[in-house]
Amino acid sequence: MSNAANGAVLIRRGLSDTAIKRLFVLPTIILLICINIFPLIWSLGLSFADYSAVKPRVPGVNPNWIGGKNYKEVLMDKAIWQYFFITFKYVIISVAGEFFIGFGVALLLNRDFKAKGLITTLILLPMMMSMAVVGLFWKLLWNPGWGIINYMLGLPKDFAWLANPKLALIAVAITDIWMWSPFVMLLSLAGLSAIPEYLYEAAEIDRASWWFKFRRITLPLVSPLLLIALIFRTMEAFKTFDIAFVMTGGGPGTATELIAINLYRLAFQQWNTGKASAFAYIVLIMIIAISNIYIKYLNKAKEM
Amino acid sequence: MPVPMIGKRRLFHRIIVGIILIVTVIYLIPIYWVISTSFKPWQYVTAVPPKVFFKPEITNYVKLFTKRSLVRNKAELEELRAKAKWWQKGVLDLGQKIIGVSPFPGRLLNSVISAVFSTILAVGLGTLTAYGFSRFKFKGENDWLFFILSTRMLPPVVVTIPLFLMYRFFGLNDTRVGLILLYTTFNVSFATWVMKGFIDEIPTEYEEAAMVDGYTRFEAFRKVVLPQAATGIAATAVFCFIFAWNEYVFALIMTTRKAQTAPPFIPSQLGIGMVDWGVIAAGASIFLIPVAVFTFVLRKHLLRGVTFGAIRK
Repeated sequence: MSNAANGAVLIRRGLSDTAIKRLFVLPTIILLICINIFPLIWSLGLSFADYSAVKPRVPGVNPNWIGGKNYKEVLMDKAIWQYFFITFKYVIISVAGEFFIGFGVALLLNRDFKAKGLITTLILLPMMMSMAVVGLFWKLLWNPGWGIINYMLGLPKDFAWLANPKLALIAVAITDIWMWSPFVMLLSLAGLSAIPEYLYEAAEIDRASWWFKFRRITLPLVSPLLLIALIFRTMEAFKTFDIAFVMTGGGPGTATELIAINLYRLAFQQWNTGKASAFAYIVLIMIIAISNIYIKYLNKAKEM
Repeated sequence: MPVPMIGKRRLFHRIIVGIILIVTVIYLIPIYWVISTSFKPWQYVTAVPPKVFFKPEITNYVKLFTKRSLVRNKAELEELRAKAKWWQKGVLDLGQKIIGVSPFPGRLLNSVISAVFSTILAVGLGTLTAYGFSRFKFKGENDWLFFILSTRMLPPVVVTIPLFLMYRFFGLNDTRVGLILLYTTFNVSFATWVMKGFIDEIPTEYEEAAMVDGYTRFEAFRKVVLPQAATGIAATAVFCFIFAWNEYVFALIMTTRKAQTAPPFIPSQLGIGMVDWGVIAAGASIFLIPVAVFTFVLRKHLLRGVTFGAIRK
């Protein structure tokens, strides 16, 4: 940068570059530390205590410092492992569905036709909506008695989705797929439209098959963007709260009890603040691991 | 690029476009269905088979915004009907009279206020920070940027547990200020990353020329960089607005009444008395309108937005 060279001349007028630099960056850092990092340190402390936020504070009793017992309890809890399993199942179903539909529609859309912009934007609409509101109105669609899904699929009036422990998770995942396939589509479309036409023309001259072109040209060139979409969607699906909470509240039974929902229950319904903090830290470490990978690939994509 | 298409190729193209249209229509059915439900008379909302054609009415919207009570007396009902305005008729047909305003407009106002102010703050701070990172050298610059983004990746429920305690301590629970502060924090990392992408694209030569002409660094930022970044700032702001507008978890946990926004309010109506799906559909439709409009406004920047500014096109 040439700033350094000009610095000697410029420094005398107004604020120095160093002052500007600090003035511009510090407020954001301070805000993030106050509202994000400081509370996290607070809860790290609480994760080593038996503490409930709604009971009166009595030193030695509430909070009662119990060392790593909360972590041990969470990790030994069979129910929590089951919720992890449900969450993984949810992640796999929804992310796989989103890739299948998102990439498929992107392949269809990757050509010139009238009103392409309009149609692309229309399909992208669900992605921009509030997850809670989407969950809410899909509840209306899934209604067994008069919902439009059962009607269109020709299913009987007593065929329950959200009230059926075997199907509830799939119904919530389908809602998630509807909402987030456009995200995968958007990224795939960006990757597809960046593939130079001459590669296909060259393959055409060699009379390459459709499958060959797809496997040797399309896939390798789109894969960096697909990877970003994959990591991002995995991370978001792992964190899912809104859609499932509004649609089923974790039920029926524990059929859709995702990690985030269980954490919410532990912290804000049972008010077991200490144990919830420990649980939160375990989830946090997992998320940081995934997001580390994600940001690394984002930086790579930037250099493309 | 358009090569004249012939015979088989053309047919193939047409078939694909046909499939695209069918996919689009299927994809939009859920949205169409909510909006159409919101205009249905109550007896059609749960009709089997579903009613597609009906005379639309706005009664659900009137119900959403008002408090009503039952009128048992026929004579009173007739009297009310005589002086009712056109939009009140639908409610009177149900044997109800309007006695006040429902909590919904207040919740909607909370949504608007917290989204607008947090957007202004987040984009303001984010633009400054982005300029700082774009133009100056930092020790461990990538680590700082990583730190900023990583705060955004945290699951809201995890952050809320300690935040709830902190807010309670400072008396910020169920206040608009608290929510605005929270949404600002939540969005500032996004704004920083996306704005950095936009500012990186502005050549430094402009500012340097301005500074040679006697501008201070700050003036150069204000009068040269900001106008050039205007599109980027607008796009970032719309994104921040949508994120704050749509946010659910923080609002659910940190607000209960006074500062509650619409997303936790609309589903909470499910539990009260008989579920009036028409009214809920009306609430959802109103809530989706700004998002739909803004999506069209943003369409050229969607990719950049959803990838935190990493992919530009």
